[in-house]
Amino acid sequence: MVSALMDKQTGKQAGESESKRNKESILEVNNLEIFYGEKRAVNGISMDIGKNSITALIGPSGCGKSTFLRSINRMNDLIPGARAEGEIIYEDLNILSEQINVVALRKEIGMVFQKPNPFPKSIYENITHALKFAGMKKKSKLDEIVEESLKKAALWEEVKDRLHKSALSLSGGQQQRLCIARTIAMKPTVMLLDEPSSALDPISNAKVEELIIDLKKDYSIIIVTHNMQQASRISDKTAFFLSGDLIEYEATEKIFTNPSVKKTEEYISGRFG
Amino acid sequence: MSTRSNFDNNLKELKDLLLTMAEKSEHAIKEAMIALLNQDIKKAKQVIEGDNEIDDLEYEINNKALLLIARESPVATDLRKINVALKVSSEVERFADIAVNIAKSAVHIGSERHIKEIIDIPKMMEMALEMVSDSIKAYYSEDITLAKKSAEKDDEVDKMFGSLIQELLSYIPQNPNSTNQIIQLAFVCRYIERIADHSTNIAENVIYLVTGNRVNLNA
Ligand SMILES: Nc1ncnc2c1ncn2[C@@H]1O[C@H](COP(=O)(O)OP(=O)(O)OP(=O)(O)O)[C@@H](O)[C@H]1O
Ligand SMILES: [Mg+2]
Repeated sequence: MVSALMDKQTGKQAGESESKRNKESILEVNNLEIFYGEKRAVNGISMDIGKNSITALIGPSGCGKSTFLRSINRMNDLIPGARAEGEIIYEDLNILSEQINVVALRKEIGMVFQKPNPFPKSIYENITHALKFAGMKKKSKLDEIVEESLKKAALWEEVKDRLHKSALSLSGGQQQRLCIARTIAMKPTVMLLDEPSSALDPISNAKVEELIIDLKKDYSIIIVTHNMQQASRISDKTAFFLSGDLIEYEATEKIFTNPSVKKTEEYISGRFG
Repeated sequence: MSTRSNFDNNLKELKDLLLTMAEKSEHAIKEAMIALLNQDIKKAKQVIEGDNEIDDLEYEINNKALLLIARESPVATDLRKINVALKVSSEVERFADIAVNIAKSAVHIGSERHIKEIIDIPKMMEMALEMVSDSIKAYYSEDITLAKKSAEKDDEVDKMFGSLIQELLSYIPQNPNSTNQIIQLAFVCRYIERIADHSTNIAENVIYLVTGNRVNLNA
């Protein structure tokens, strides 16, 4: 899989260096800076992201959470003037390198956005679209993946009788779970979730949270959230960002019971931001 | 500056209620001790009846704390503050129970003449009450130094307890008819020793409140 990420066979070969890197980590961020034109939005952050764990990114609006998240699967490439410096190491490769095949990368590192954004197509097609694009044609195989990913996203029971109806006929919470199913269908290793349940009612939110916890068996998850209770409920580690800086990055339990930095405490207890 | 003034105000109310409860409990202990020394059965019974009021206060503190958790979803220091308020209130409630126990001992001894003048028990009580008032003050002002200072006295109380029990037991052979009285007085010593322990627990909670670390001041 790794070699598929490389457009040209330059740089390290897959499996070449039996990694000296931390086996517990899926991503290693080193001195990452992200700019929009002249303006720097992320100020040289370094952090390891755990494998099969949930990492929450918190911080006030505009602190750079989404910017950071989008850099992990190169979504910032789509923004004119945006550029990144530093490294994000994934399977011994620097994601930010020009040699990375971005399409292949996005298959492995999937993203779910804050607002549910299903395509104006059927539920079924929402899930199969990218798979077909990637060359998968066999109907029985596609059916199987549709069922499997909808089940994983805890949506199957609600939609199995109307798979060919428009995805836009689903409720907001169902749409969000569909977007998660769509990402799952690509069998990524990392899932990036940008405020996935901020538009949901408490029941749908609870379902999405349960789903996320369930998903960590198979995936490494990074979630941006403004909901402190959500971060404390579901994540293993929490990173607090402020004006583009990573202020504190610790076990979630520690952050929410006894943070080391005063700013963190003030933020999570609602005393600023 | 604070954007959580509602939370902060509610927490202040909680602390004030706790302070009231502590004052009433300390008062009950003192009254029970006076009842014991003066063999004042009427006063002892008042202490026993007065316990309801303190139980009600604990109940109120408990409800307020739970409501605050439900409404405000506190984290970190805020959460510790509520956690500690609940713990301190249950320690304080134990003070009140101990006052009742001492009052009951006074009732059991009744008007039977004391085998000797009771001097050391009030001394031990005085020391335990100093611990109580310091640990409560330390809680209210979040003062770690005072918390530690109050807990340091626990060893002395323990020592006094040991020697008092020895002394009381030694009276039994010469005063076989006063065994009940001697046992009641030994119970009272044990109750006072417990007051010091509960007060030490409060001091430990103050340190946890301020630093986030659990310590054992009893060691
Ligand atoms: N496309 C863009 N072009 C220029 N500047 C941008 C762009 N997107 C974000 N920024 C700027 O980068 C900074 C970080 O924005 P970002 O969207 O990453 O914040 P955020 O932490 O995700 O905030 P929120 O919680 O509101 O979603 C902000 O100052 C923002 O104005
Ligand atoms: Mg954002």
